[in-house]
Amino acid sequence: MAEEQSSTEVSSSKTITLRIAKSNPEHDSRSQFAEFKVPYERWTTVLDAILDVKKHLDHSVAVRYSCRQASCGSCGMKINGRPGLACFTKISELNSDVVTVEPMNNYPIVRDLVVDLEGMFDTHKKMKPFIINEESEVATNTREFLQTPGQVEEYIQFSNCIKCGLCNSACPTMATDSSFLGPQALTQAYRYVADNRDKGKNERLKIIDESHGIWRCHFAGSCSQVCPKGVDPAMGIQMLRGYLLGFKK
Amino acid sequence: MKRNENREGIKGMVNPGRYGIERVSYWLMRITGLGLLAYLIGHIYETSSILNGKSVWDSMLQLTQTTQGHIILTLVIGMCVFHTVNGIRLMFAHGGIGVGKPTRPDYPYIPNSQNMKNKLCIYASIGVAALAMMYGLSVLFGE
Repeated sequence: MAEEQSSTEVSSSKTITLRIAKSNPEHDSRSQFAEFKVPYERWTTVLDAILDVKKHLDHSVAVRYSCRQASCGSCGMKINGRPGLACFTKISELNSDVVTVEPMNNYPIVRDLVVDLEGMFDTHKKMKPFIINEESEVATNTREFLQTPGQVEEYIQFSNCIKCGLCNSACPTMATDSSFLGPQALTQAYRYVADNRDKGKNERLKIIDESHGIWRCHFAGSCSQVCPKGVDPAMGIQMLRGYLLGFKK
Repeated sequence: MKRNENREGIKGMVNPGRYGIERVSYWLMRITGLGLLAYLIGHIYETSSILNGKSVWDSMLQLTQTTQGHIILTLVIGMCVFHTVNGIRLMFAHGGIGVGKPTRPDYPYIPNSQNMKNKLCIYASIGVAALAMMYGLSVLFGE
């Protein structure tokens, strides 16, 4: 046991300066950075480093996390100026001696690194994220809808969304338009529109065809750059616009 | 409870390179759009001066014959060409054309919509704008 501890200490020779944005809107809207020296390994993630700080140096740091494997979408934050999942970003990949973590932009701050995702969930629900089909009710003598692999490929990429909110944080339109639906919601609209089992295409197109809807997307592509699951919201939104412009049926 | 919306605002325009060439293209499209709008307003003001007689028109025209006037016109050429060429790319992309096909994503998840065709078109827009500016410079400053 003693040998194990000593080897861990020897291998933890590298350190970084972790700058954590700390704020508590209940008391003060200003944000201050707290700096910590944190040891790291090749495999240490930003979340590991934050939890290290929380455990040994400052237990008051507020951070939300759950699965630690890029499945739950809880630990989205701005890492060195770019939105990313803390559990999916290794410190060694950042190639920097200073790692700055801040709460995601375009969401209200709850405290420190925790943001309120309620607005995103609201717009997500607005897209009716379920199959709309009268024949989908489970009853006797019914069975599941069969789809070809090609039909599944049309939407499966977009169903990988874990609702981490990184795309909305990177979006330049979201940065200035608080009423914009956002890439997350629009992509989910496409996910169901492209599903051949769904019959709610016209309903959804009506929802997104408004002044703060799909037309506010200018294809900057930043949403796709930061998506940790390969959803490619920029593609989904342009495809969706193809339906409205009559390029797709 | 007080809410800090933490919206990035116009600051989000700073450092577009952090999101790749597509965000740079978005930034250039915005800047050139605003530049062309400013030029259009200036152009209307300039040409409407003819209503005040030939001498006013001639003196207004002299402004474009200065070194500063030539530089501004060269910038307008660059802005116009970039905005047009990149705009054509965006018109197709906004209809879902040239943004790739949906597929099962594999790590490291390189987005299909940021494909090489799109990147090449952006670089070509910048390149064509630069060439047009060089041609403009040679005509305006040439003997």
